[in-house]
Amino acid sequence: MGLDLVQVARIEESLARFGARFRERVYTPAEIAYCQAAPREEARRYAARFAAKEATWKALGLDDTGHAWSAIEIVHDAQLAPQIVLHEPLRSRADAARARALSLSITHEGEYAAAVVLAARAAPEAPRDADPTAPRHSPA
Amino acid sequence: MPSADAINNDIRAILREHARLAVEVETLADDADLYQAGMTSHASVNLMLALEDKFEVEFPERMLRRRAFENIAAIRTAIIELTAGR
Repeated sequence: MGLDLVQVARIEESLARFGARFRERVYTPAEIAYCQAAPREEARRYAARFAAKEATWKALGLDDTGHAWSAIEIVHDAQLAPQIVLHEPLRSRADAARARALSLSITHEGEYAAAVVLAARAAPEAPRDADPTAPRHSPA
Repeated sequence: MPSADAINNDIRAILREHARLAVEVETLADDADLYQAGMTSHASVNLMLALEDKFEVEFPERMLRRRAFENIAAIRTAIIELTAGR
């Protein structure tokens, strides 16, 4: 599980100080479009997505080998519920670790935004010989 | 290329402005953990962007690791690598 809390004012400061560079290094074009579609909510939306990206990274528990923040994208499904999409090369790294983000919840209230992500990591596949139900071959 | 001391001084100045640490930057050893000193992941983004401005570099994806920004020495190593050959 991953949890992250972001102060909206800190995001506003980043937007004021670094502008497009902050947006483009952290968010995908679709995320930027979504956040900018509601100017009065813009900083809060960016803050919530930043929290969601960090919570996802924490929940996946992958090695610290480097990834762009935009490799984790927050989208909405048909019911407008937020969902996590991993982009390459992070997706392959998560697949290799058999880690999968299952569920995301985002909230923002007043000056804070927070996100919780539930992830699962499948157990490694047992060697075939160790599986008692696996077919066995008799010596010829 | 600027000296290691000059790079350190610039890094410390940027940390003062952007890292929002819970302790005075002057009290930190070069190998002191900045996350333990209160730097959030969001502050590390601001730190990275400010370093890029100051040193006119761009951190590639492979360097966007928690460890790359975890202390002053690690940041200095990254800056020296990114400015090599100038």
